[in-house]
Amino acid sequence: MILEDRWMRETYVDLLLEYAAKDDRICLVEADLMRAIGTLRFRDVYPERCQDLGVAEANMIGVAAGMSAMGKVPFTHSFTPFATRRVCDQVTLSVAYAGLNVKMVGSDPGVTAELNGGTHMSMEDVAIMRNIPNMIVFEPTDSAQLRKAFPQIMDHYGPVYIRLLRRNAVKIFDENCEFQLGKGIVLKEGKDVTIIASGIMTAEAMDAAEILKAEGIDAEIINIHTVKPLDEELIIKSAKKTGAVVTAENGSIINGLGSAVAECISENCPTIMERVGVKDHFGEVGLTEYLKEKYGLKASDIVKAAKNVMMKKQNS
Amino acid sequence: MEKVSVLEEKAREIRKLTIRAIGKLGVGHIGGALTLCEVLSVLYFDVMNIDAKDSKKPDRDRFVLSKGHGGPALYAALALKGFLKIEDLDTLNQPGTHLPSHCDMRLTNGIDMSTGSLGQGFSAAIGMALAARMDKLPIYIYTIIGDGESQEGQIWEAAMAAGSRKLDNLIAFTDYNKMQIDGYTEEINGLEPLDKKWEAFGWHVQTVDGHAVKDIQKAIDTAKKVKGKPSMIIMDTIKGKGGCFCENLLTSHNMPVDEESWKKAVELLEKGEM
Repeated sequence: MILEDRWMRETYVDLLLEYAAKDDRICLVEADLMRAIGTLRFRDVYPERCQDLGVAEANMIGVAAGMSAMGKVPFTHSFTPFATRRVCDQVTLSVAYAGLNVKMVGSDPGVTAELNGGTHMSMEDVAIMRNIPNMIVFEPTDSAQLRKAFPQIMDHYGPVYIRLLRRNAVKIFDENCEFQLGKGIVLKEGKDVTIIASGIMTAEAMDAAEILKAEGIDAEIINIHTVKPLDEELIIKSAKKTGAVVTAENGSIINGLGSAVAECISENCPTIMERVGVKDHFGEVGLTEYLKEKYGLKASDIVKAAKNVMMKKQNS
Repeated sequence: MEKVSVLEEKAREIRKLTIRAIGKLGVGHIGGALTLCEVLSVLYFDVMNIDAKDSKKPDRDRFVLSKGHGGPALYAALALKGFLKIEDLDTLNQPGTHLPSHCDMRLTNGIDMSTGSLGQGFSAAIGMALAARMDKLPIYIYTIIGDGESQEGQIWEAAMAAGSRKLDNLIAFTDYNKMQIDGYTEEINGLEPLDKKWEAFGWHVQTVDGHAVKDIQKAIDTAKKVKGKPSMIIMDTIKGKGGCFCENLLTSHNMPVDEESWKKAVELLEKGEM
């Protein structure tokens, strides 16, 4: 596994700058985290297109909604808990219910909030945003995928939640990768078990596939970057093929990716499954690797889950 | 400036239509809708640059009713101005209506922002004012907040932002009727000194009789001349104003209205006895 040499946030801000140069609707509405999220670089170039409203997230979302109503395409930024649960009503009503076009970035997803600890570690952001009608919930896996996604996010009129890793991602995709919002990606075909992963868990899933392969198990690996709308067709097809499904997400298993997949397959093709993710816990202080270990987010946890579902499949 | 008598007549029409629409339905937010008739008359029939024949024109003034439960009064003003048909008002809150209890920009021609969750429309108005300034649009953004609504933290987040950004294309009103659902505002969570609060947040503040169209006209004119500050016009109002069954009634926020009551109220307004 190779770590990318640039932080994801740098690619993200590059994209903002690149598209802002040709689209004057793009503007940033901020709540005193430009330094953390890297958007100060944008302000240096386009000061008149940045509104840093200070530590006031509710107003950030409302102002962005008003700017969208005037034809702008505002991007808002905060850490995942303050980008979602703190402003849940503002996002729901001022943005989504009003049918406006605001792109909302939550930085430092799940355990990657690291030393900011439990208060800044939203395990439930995906669950919150997935419940809001018309919301697209997108978590880029690496910089190449983010780059491919950006024009589609711009072309889509409507709210998008972007769950953005701040630091280096493990490189999964190359610059010419295929990408479509709402369409999952088969990273490796397999016949014994399906592993569906998002965000940083995609690399863990790839590692898990290697471990399983050494034991003679042929896993299919699917990257779901868009939890909503969910690529049901792909998930159903794979679940029917392998008859055993594992999901892996960097966040709560309650109402996140695992729940979305469970809803899909139980309604369409009931299949044994297991969810790897944070199991109804708050976060806590720690580096990513420590927290992955603690909450069961390692490749070894995916391997264990894969074997479990395969055993249940055989016994059923 | 439009003549006072014309605006007073429009306010009376808005009031009658609002009472009729809520009365026909049998229940509604009558108290905080009837407080708005005069300011809506001035905004829609004198001040705002809007055109019912081109309702989405980009260089129009914008209006955000942040206290979204006042929707029925706004719908009456929009109907009189030609954005809606008068008979549409009879569909208020009926299944499938495009005139819901709280303002919805996706459903109603002439509504610039969806509101209803208190405090939120005010932030959106500030976003609109910022966008207008970015685009150098020579327009004004008007917004009305409630006094109960002023207890929301988001109002003061937004107030601080507008003050520090010197948003002089923003003209806001507080519907200061001094009542909220659970009782008198001052007893629930007092706002006083309200004018001093807004001044401290960097706003130009005026206090007017919210039922005197002439005073409202004059205050807006003054607000437009103020440079480098957003304007807050605190309107002293009477909850349920002009409705014989609900005027100054503490329980009028959302109340049942029977046929006899609303018909009597409209009759008194027509006779000029309210």
